[in-house]
Amino acid sequence: MGSYLPSTPSEQQEMLEAIGLGHLRDLYTPDVPASVLLEDSVNIPSGLPEMSVRARMEKMASKNTVFGTVLRGAGSYNHHIPAIVNTVTSREEFLTTYTPYQPEISQGVLQSIFEYQTMMAELTGLDVSNASVYDGASAAAEAVMMTQTRSRSRVYVASTAHPDVIRTIKTYCWGRGVPFCEIHQNDGLLDLDALRDLPKDTACVYVQQPNFYGLFEQAEGIAELTHEAGAKAVMGFYPISLGICKSPGEMGFDIAVGEGQPLGLPMSWGGPYLGIMTARKELMRMLPGRIVGETKDSKGRRAYVLTLQAREQHIRREKASSNICTNQALCAMTAAVYLAAMGPDGLAEVAQLCYEGAHYFSEELGKLKGFGRVHKAEFFNEFMTYCPMDVRLFELEMARRGILCGLAVDDKLLWCVTEKVDKQEIDDVIAIIKEVCGQ
Amino acid sequence: MKLIFERSVSGRRTFQMPMSSFPRKELPKELARQTPPRLPEMSEVAISRHYTQLAKQAFGVNNGFYPLGSCTMKYNPRINEAVAALTGFTKIHPLQPQETVRGCHEVLDTARELLCEITGMDDMTFQPAAGAHGEFAGLLLIKKYHESRGDTKRTRVLVPDSAHGTNPASASMVGYTVTHIPSDSEGCVDLEALRSALDDTVAGLMLTNPNTVGIFDRNILEITRLVHDAGGLNYYDGANLNAIMGWVRPGDMGFDVIHLNLHKTFSTPHGGGGPGSGPVGCKNILKEFLPASYMGERIKKGEKPRSFGQVRSFYGNFLVVVRALTYILTLGKEGLPQASGMAVLNANYMMSKLKHAYPLAYDRICMHEFVLTLEKIKKETGVSALDVAKCLLDHGIHPPTMYFPLVVNEALMVEPTETENRETLDAAVEAFLKIKRQIEDNPQSLRGYPVTTPISRPDEVNAARNPVVRYDFSQA
Repeated sequence: MGSYLPSTPSEQQEMLEAIGLGHLRDLYTPDVPASVLLEDSVNIPSGLPEMSVRARMEKMASKNTVFGTVLRGAGSYNHHIPAIVNTVTSREEFLTTYTPYQPEISQGVLQSIFEYQTMMAELTGLDVSNASVYDGASAAAEAVMMTQTRSRSRVYVASTAHPDVIRTIKTYCWGRGVPFCEIHQNDGLLDLDALRDLPKDTACVYVQQPNFYGLFEQAEGIAELTHEAGAKAVMGFYPISLGICKSPGEMGFDIAVGEGQPLGLPMSWGGPYLGIMTARKELMRMLPGRIVGETKDSKGRRAYVLTLQAREQHIRREKASSNICTNQALCAMTAAVYLAAMGPDGLAEVAQLCYEGAHYFSEELGKLKGFGRVHKAEFFNEFMTYCPMDVRLFELEMARRGILCGLAVDDKLLWCVTEKVDKQEIDDVIAIIKEVCGQ
Repeated sequence: MKLIFERSVSGRRTFQMPMSSFPRKELPKELARQTPPRLPEMSEVAISRHYTQLAKQAFGVNNGFYPLGSCTMKYNPRINEAVAALTGFTKIHPLQPQETVRGCHEVLDTARELLCEITGMDDMTFQPAAGAHGEFAGLLLIKKYHESRGDTKRTRVLVPDSAHGTNPASASMVGYTVTHIPSDSEGCVDLEALRSALDDTVAGLMLTNPNTVGIFDRNILEITRLVHDAGGLNYYDGANLNAIMGWVRPGDMGFDVIHLNLHKTFSTPHGGGGPGSGPVGCKNILKEFLPASYMGERIKKGEKPRSFGQVRSFYGNFLVVVRALTYILTLGKEGLPQASGMAVLNANYMMSKLKHAYPLAYDRICMHEFVLTLEKIKKETGVSALDVAKCLLDHGIHPPTMYFPLVVNEALMVEPTETENRETLDAAVEAFLKIKRQIEDNPQSLRGYPVTTPISRPDEVNAARNPVVRYDFSQA
């Protein structure tokens, strides 16, 4: 119905005549083999007016359940998004621009990326950041690829990391032909003994903090053992936790990667999200993707440009450090606006609320029958419990009451509490759980 | 312009958190952060004004003509944004029970069905987040296919010398070595060179058609047949699909696997470099190897043994797919070929008006983009493609892609897209011609542009030599 074409049929005809043709088809017949040139478009429905398209898409959206209470994380987190965030990022100048290839007319975008890079470096306690990659899992995979050297290729990944992250790293390793090993766990934590005699070809160890079960790993010990083996230590982090928790840099890690979704991006059924990557400055030239740097223009004014491009695919082609081109720029800007809106104190308060809420909830759950914690270790805002009834049935009963409960992992539940859940809501949820379980 | 950190004042706040209703609990000391991050401390009005100022120094499709070759900077319809903002899409957790996300599945299933029909493919994954990510995933499909047949000799990928840099870079990421196939005098694949490169070590060929010089390779059926005869697979780089929607399908041309750039062809906004979406379509022979999210699809031990794995978490950049689906439903069967046809017509119209002033790399009917070469002009006057591009900035036009494809010296690659009207094209042509007259009259003057932009040409060499990639707080 619509095609957003400004040209009227008569204009179209005049333009065709201007180049000596009679019909749009004449543009294709010289080179497209007749046997594959379509007679009458492709076999899809006719276009629809805006009202009908909107109605159809709204109908699809209405078939999804928006839960009032979300107690599930596992890689996607229901945090509050201050109103200023979307107001800024929906501006058309930001929304509709391409990668800032022309710095003279793109200082706004370039400066915003430079500010993002600075915030990510600060947040993770490391020196430098790139302009973003696709999401947390692909960031982790790109990070282990950064650590590859001639003599060191073996990748060790904590089995306590998010399963999607593990599988993504494994896929990238299989692609490149890099040896991949999982490090086993005890009671939900990485087994430090497994890191004591790492082979000489070890490139890196990847560990997630807090891990998939929400637990704090013995991260400093892990970094130390990794460095003793001459390998690089890579940490996957949860950005909200860094409001109060020790940063990857403070714990001795060389590279930090994280899923940036909690920083102002809606859950959106899994994307678009944001892959954050920061590193020590010695590794700067190994970072994949865009990096913005500061310089001066010909009149000596401060200016920002895409820099260190000699690493990238459009220059180095098959020798590039990565193939990444398009990244998640607008999501990076979202994270920057979010962090500016929160400030250091606001971020610490969010983190503290998540931490306190989760501990209150786990204690209240512990008072019920059959909802004891599975692990002993200290946790941040996610924790795993047993479930006294069939988990699948429990999930559906809770969903029926408007609550997205903890994620069913085998026969257990992985719960998450964010700042959006207060004490009253948790008390209500506890009452509902009692009802569902007949306690 | 001040950096956001230079506007920060200790103690200023935007967002107020509610007071904690929980019993106070302190994080154990050994886990607590030692130094707080130096994030900006700003009032909301200061944040708002800061970004408004930054926006004034940004150039989007809505700011003006954006004929950036290979990037398909078409208009981004507003209905797409409105639909993508529906809470029934944004407030959905990726690991909700299946019964509660039927609408999300309907979005992907409908988009898959339509895009498979548009491209002539049998199945599609939406997991890849961008074009290059799609290339990586598509090549992993090819790798898995050969591996599954015990065909382990195939370690080479053929890539034309005119290809996007992502093609060879993606091939390296799957452990393949790259053999470059030279272009012939018309910018197309040199068939003789292709024949001599093909043997039983070739995993596949990566090709864009229309290619990066904007020409539809008329030998396409012969090319894909030769690769198939040698036991290889054909990979279609969908970067240039905007030329051919509803006219010809990659699947009919002999391609086995394809990636799309929803952020180019299907009108979703680029956001300053992302998020995009790079779905990968394939023929039935590759279907079983498609990626799957371990958590999202609740893969149990032993399930999906043939899948190559996954390239990111969950199901991809879902909201980008929502926008693209909205666009396809709007255009439909008649709108798609109209859009592509007009994209091609606009390019040919501009080309015909420019070719007397600026030599064409290849003088024949083009598809949705064409390539000028300033090689001769540079030799005679010293004025480069860069100089012309920078001068265009002062005319309020985003310059074409510069110095790409690599097979053309001093290249300017122009892609007007279908959403520009004739007045805009005529005005751009006039700007190009005016610059040409200036080159003839006073070539030296071209060195000084732009002059109307917030900054003049920056020192990029210094930026790379002495990298400053974050704010130095000790300056404050």
